[in-house]
Amino acid sequence: MITILVFLPLLTALVAGLGGRVIGHTAAKALTTGGLFVSAALAWVIFTGFWLNDTAGYTVPVLDWIESGGLNVKWALKVDTLTAVMLVVVTSVSALVHLYSWGYMEEDPSQSRFFAYLSLFTFAMLMLVTADNLVQMFFGWEGVGLASYLLIGFWYHKPSANAAAIKAFVVNRVGDFGFSLGIFGTFLVFGTVSIDAILAAVPQHSGQTFSFLGSQVDVMTCLCLLLFVGAMGKSAQLGLHTWLPDAMEGPTPVSALIHAATMVTAGVFMVCRLSPMFEASPTAQAVVCVIGACTALFAATVGMVQNDIKRVIAYSTCSQLGYMFFAAGSGAYGAAMFHLFTHAFFKALLFLGAGSVIHAMHHEQDMRFYGGLRKHIPITFWMMTIGTLALTGFFFTAGYYSKDAILEAAFASGTSHGMFAFFVGALVAALTSFYSWRLVFLTFFGKPRWAGSEHIQHAAHGDHGHGHDDHHAHAHDHAHDDGTAGYHPHESPLSMLIPLFVLGTGALLAGWVWHESFVGAEEGAGFWRGSLAFREHLMHAMHEVPAWVVYTPSVAFFLGLGLAWHVFLNKPSIPIWWQKEVPGLYQFLLRKWYFDELYDAIFVKPAQWLGRQFWTRGDQQTIDRFGPNGAADMVVVGAGLARRFQTGYVYSYALVMLVGLAAAAAWMMR
Amino acid sequence: MIGLTHYLAVSAALFVLGVFGIFLNRRNIIIILMSLELILLAVNINLVAFSAFLHQVHGQIFAMFVLTVAAGEAAIGLAILVIYFRGRGTVAVDQADLMKG
Repeated sequence: MITILVFLPLLTALVAGLGGRVIGHTAAKALTTGGLFVSAALAWVIFTGFWLNDTAGYTVPVLDWIESGGLNVKWALKVDTLTAVMLVVVTSVSALVHLYSWGYMEEDPSQSRFFAYLSLFTFAMLMLVTADNLVQMFFGWEGVGLASYLLIGFWYHKPSANAAAIKAFVVNRVGDFGFSLGIFGTFLVFGTVSIDAILAAVPQHSGQTFSFLGSQVDVMTCLCLLLFVGAMGKSAQLGLHTWLPDAMEGPTPVSALIHAATMVTAGVFMVCRLSPMFEASPTAQAVVCVIGACTALFAATVGMVQNDIKRVIAYSTCSQLGYMFFAAGSGAYGAAMFHLFTHAFFKALLFLGAGSVIHAMHHEQDMRFYGGLRKHIPITFWMMTIGTLALTGFFFTAGYYSKDAILEAAFASGTSHGMFAFFVGALVAALTSFYSWRLVFLTFFGKPRWAGSEHIQHAAHGDHGHGHDDHHAHAHDHAHDDGTAGYHPHESPLSMLIPLFVLGTGALLAGWVWHESFVGAEEGAGFWRGSLAFREHLMHAMHEVPAWVVYTPSVAFFLGLGLAWHVFLNKPSIPIWWQKEVPGLYQFLLRKWYFDELYDAIFVKPAQWLGRQFWTRGDQQTIDRFGPNGAADMVVVGAGLARRFQTGYVYSYALVMLVGLAAAAAWMMR
Repeated sequence: MIGLTHYLAVSAALFVLGVFGIFLNRRNIIIILMSLELILLAVNINLVAFSAFLHQVHGQIFAMFVLTVAAGEAAIGLAILVIYFRGRGTVAVDQADLMKG
């Protein structure tokens, strides 16, 4: 069953990708989508087995891969509760995104390629989460990176999309370098790459040190930090986050699937999978916790001022990933996985809802050109509201349970970095509420403002050159002065709305249904069954935190909501006043804390300079000069000399002949 | 008394004249042909002189062969030269440089 689940997406991806021209778009789409729905159904069967019945974790061998000395790598599918959770998340969101793409990518000329990439991504992600050993996990890790690159750069005719794709790939290389070093180190220390064997041997190696540059370094800390660098790259944590907002250049379903629900959570999954290793190193845990908290704060502050609807959600994703990491760093791996699980629902919902808005607004993504859309696209509005409620942690929605669990766990962990994470997390909860409601208010409330949008002007004047040939767009000849320019947005087709309904249901109910299983003190241990390090005493302590800690997230929710309502609906002059009066702070946030500029100055420019030096000095002036060009020049010089020998006059040849003859004769008579 | 040495000296002088005639001559290809005849003549004198000196007839027979070859060579060379002159309108050595690199 698990084998079919994992390899069906690969099969459909190959058929749709290589045979897409033969079987046509519709067949390719039906095949990939159908395959994914089968996989999703199987995943729910497996998950239910772990959730309701006491199915034991098992490993399904597939093939031997590498056998070289002590290195023994097998292809095997490891299934336990942790994997089952990820299987459900990946296949469900992927199946819904496939369905959604029927509507969203309807006009695209290379749909079968898109669907093949989506399925290929799903396969790689499934390979990652079912990995039995670190090398196989690395395979999936790189596979999702590849699929992410292909999908970000899907519209390859856009230079910005290509740049974003390359940026995502290169920044991820930095993380992957750390991850691969971590794998090498793990093999060096443990002598195996099998996850089961490594986790079983953790206690033996805990506390070992090795000497590096004259100082003693703890082995576990070193390995965990290296692995965490990989997680930081994939999960866009502070420092290696710069690729995630740019990745929004890809089509919106891609953002929902890869850059919100699944791939970016691979880092969290990896930390949870190897949680016994992290448990053995308090230093590494503190680092994970602090980095996570800083990322949550950073991304939330930046998200407050972005104007592109997808970028706001992207920074929100980044911020929520920070939450998951500081939960893991506090020792509450169950809470991290819980937030991963619920986040997949509501963030995919938000992205797909944003896609629906963008679809309605003719690929206009700037929220400054939205406004008043709730009357035009009411279903999308309600679904987005549900997603926002869940994200901001309104009572009894999915985010309410998972975010509370994380904050309480951070508080209850009793460490200083846990307390730091708690206060940052509480502040970020308010910021999250603020920027999320800002998005909703700017998009769906107020007056229409899209008269100034170039995309809309194109659409309203019947220029359908770039995509959505639209039957509902009414082009009016006479000018309107209500800010609509005569354009009336339309609701998306059913294929795009059904995924919204499903995810909306998940966003409302997932927390309420599963919070006992994921983070409950007794049920949790029985649910996870050792697939991650589950600290029961921490889960007990979570329920005994002071009352003010429990109410903090709710207070933060209302604080953010009220502030957003006040400044964006009640007194819209306030944000403009802020932009004018405090331009330094506004620019600082709008420019994302100048991270891109900083990296440009520190890494990109010197790298370009170095490359240029190597190119001109090293390659052109040294290797080419003495190598190929030098040899060619020598031939020219030699040929010039030889050419002068060939005078063409008979008497010269006669002379040479004579000299030669005389020399030969002299040699003979010697 | 005229001995072998004298013959050889004449022969060597003729040979050197012929050789220098070939590559000091810048004017006329006919002169090259004539120089070749001189060289062959020098060879013939050598052959005949040695033949007489050694009382053996082989050298004189070879001299006959050489004469024949020289006649043939002159005939062919002049024929080529005539064709060449028709084509180029000149037989100047300086201008016969089609093989110049």
